[in-house]
Amino acid sequence: MNDSPFLDFLLLRDLNVRVVVIGSILLGVGSAAIGCFALLRKRALVGDGVAHAVLPGVAIAYMVTGTKNTFALLIGATIAGWISMVVMDFISRRSRIREDAAIGIVLSVFFGLGILLVTHIQATGSSSQSGLDKFLFGQAASLVLNDVVVFGAVSVLLVVAIMLLFKDFKILSFDPEFTQTIGLPARGLSLVMTTLLVLAVVVGIQAVGVVLMAAMLITPAASARYWTDRLGIMLVLASAFGALSGVGGAFVSYVAPRMPTGPWIVMFATFFFVASLLFAPKRGVVARVVRHQLNRRRTLAENILKTMHMLGEDDGDVFAPRSESDIQARRRIPTVRLHLGLRRLQRDGYAVESKERHWRLTQEGARQGARVTRLHRLWEVYLTQYLQIAPDHVHEDAESIEHVLTPELEEELDRLLERPLADPHARAIPRR
Amino acid sequence: MQMNDDRNGRPGAVIESPPLEVHDLTVSYSRRPVLWDIDFAVPTGKLIGIVGPNGAGKSTLIKAAMGLVPLASGHVNVFGGTLADNRNRVGYVPQRSSVDWDFPTNVLDVVLMGRYGRLGLFKRPRASDIEVAYESLRKVGMHEFARRQISQLSGGQQQRVFLARALAQDADLYLMDEPFVGVDAATETAIVELLRELRREGKTVLVVHHDLQTAPEYFDWILLLNLRLVAFGPLQEVFTDALLQHTYGGRLNVLSEVAELMKQQERKGRDPL
Repeated sequence: MNDSPFLDFLLLRDLNVRVVVIGSILLGVGSAAIGCFALLRKRALVGDGVAHAVLPGVAIAYMVTGTKNTFALLIGATIAGWISMVVMDFISRRSRIREDAAIGIVLSVFFGLGILLVTHIQATGSSSQSGLDKFLFGQAASLVLNDVVVFGAVSVLLVVAIMLLFKDFKILSFDPEFTQTIGLPARGLSLVMTTLLVLAVVVGIQAVGVVLMAAMLITPAASARYWTDRLGIMLVLASAFGALSGVGGAFVSYVAPRMPTGPWIVMFATFFFVASLLFAPKRGVVARVVRHQLNRRRTLAENILKTMHMLGEDDGDVFAPRSESDIQARRRIPTVRLHLGLRRLQRDGYAVESKERHWRLTQEGARQGARVTRLHRLWEVYLTQYLQIAPDHVHEDAESIEHVLTPELEEELDRLLERPLADPHARAIPRR
Repeated sequence: MQMNDDRNGRPGAVIESPPLEVHDLTVSYSRRPVLWDIDFAVPTGKLIGIVGPNGAGKSTLIKAAMGLVPLASGHVNVFGGTLADNRNRVGYVPQRSSVDWDFPTNVLDVVLMGRYGRLGLFKRPRASDIEVAYESLRKVGMHEFARRQISQLSGGQQQRVFLARALAQDADLYLMDEPFVGVDAATETAIVELLRELRREGKTVLVVHHDLQTAPEYFDWILLLNLRLVAFGPLQEVFTDALLQHTYGGRLNVLSEVAELMKQQERKGRDPL
């Protein structure tokens, strides 16, 4: 019909492609979901420790069974992963060594042992040893139907367990001590969570390898955290990021078979993370910068209006045209910023340029100028009367507070101070 | 529940199953004793302040009572039975700083956690649990914040959410760890009101408290603690200059020096770090 590899891929025409794609999705979903809890419990590194620690289990299972049967190797990996968790827990609880150090110790000792064993197997020239490499660096493209069945079973188990125990995992992650005091089996829940984490790691390493497994657990969860403040949505989003990363990695290795799948899955996960970091609403960097900029602009606009209002107070004509240097004589504002600020005020209907670089306030502009001046002076009165601060120390504070007071707070201040007529420097407070 | 009858018993008289009984309790952190031979029984329906200097073991005492730290010796009874048998009758308010308030959840969700113990594993909160949670929030004046993200709360509001969570437990005995620390005046008043309301309902409340100024105003019984139990009884009998001097003064230095020695002995013995 056509030769587009993209379309071929999308339609999953090839059985092999289908297997790899479905396997990668299942992997992404399961590990991302359990990774959310690891992240929220501040145990992000534990997954990394476990991922490295499974290697000796795989090697020993291979040596014992003499095959690279996936199922046997997974059992070996699970046992090793589990032991590593128990050892980490024991070290950090029973000695003066802290958890991060305990993870480091377990990670390096287990991984070192694993490398030793794998090297030994290779040296003895066993013909099928190449299967073990795949655990080190991952080889999603070599997934076969059997692997996917195992992945599917584990992923379904992970998702079902998390759905059933959602509220219990939530309370355990938020407040483990309280969990214990209300009689929920905190230890047992923690053990179940740990086991699920080990299972996710054990299936995941076949696709991305021990070195990159932590990224599969933590990166989608960290990305999802940027977009939401609800745990349920966070889990769903993280799973979606995990699944999409899996598909992305599978696609790259389909169009470029020499490309390793695992690192590409992680690249896609990282891409989602960077995109979240930058573009998430509220928490994202861009949103923050925009918010900050808007704030600065508003502050500048309010300061200009206030200054023009005060110039009006000086000579009794609020609507008189002011040159830009008049304004600067009253308040130091850099020329370019002032000019841009005035242009924006004109656009928004607060000021009009009457002739070259001369500006006058509109009705609305005068009203806003009076409002900011009022807030500034009300706050100064409040500081001197209620907090007993000397009048010569209140100006700086009022400079920032005048831009944040809401109309409700203004009314409350005004009422509290019994509608004062003058500020501590005996200047009149403009009334509405 | 046959012990319920005792709750109507005469206060101050000999009580058959007190809400909380602590027997010869000793707690150590890495072999260093932080509580020595604590022994007392709490009467029903009192507001009890646990008072003592920094490092006196106040928080450790209620953590030990809640089964959160291992006991070196002694035991704790709750309503005449073990803690495990009476979990639903004991509410716990941990220190506000013990959790991460940036956790992705809202106020109502946190208060609902007070119901989880009764729900048990797997079961989701029902409409009636949500009703209880709202009612608890109303009692601490936070019902308008039910859908608020917990990261947006002030310190005082966080504290009130924790209290609401404990109220949602609908317990008969409450243990609170420093609820007055770092809260605004409005919250302080709200907590005091709440404590008195709980007393009116016949509940027993133990509060770890660090402020000697306000202690006699808030509590009707006082437990003076400094590694060991200095005194325990009604405010007028216990909150005296002599006993406070004893609690806060230098008399106990010997005890803490011995504790330090035991720790060093232990370290020298086995731990090279």
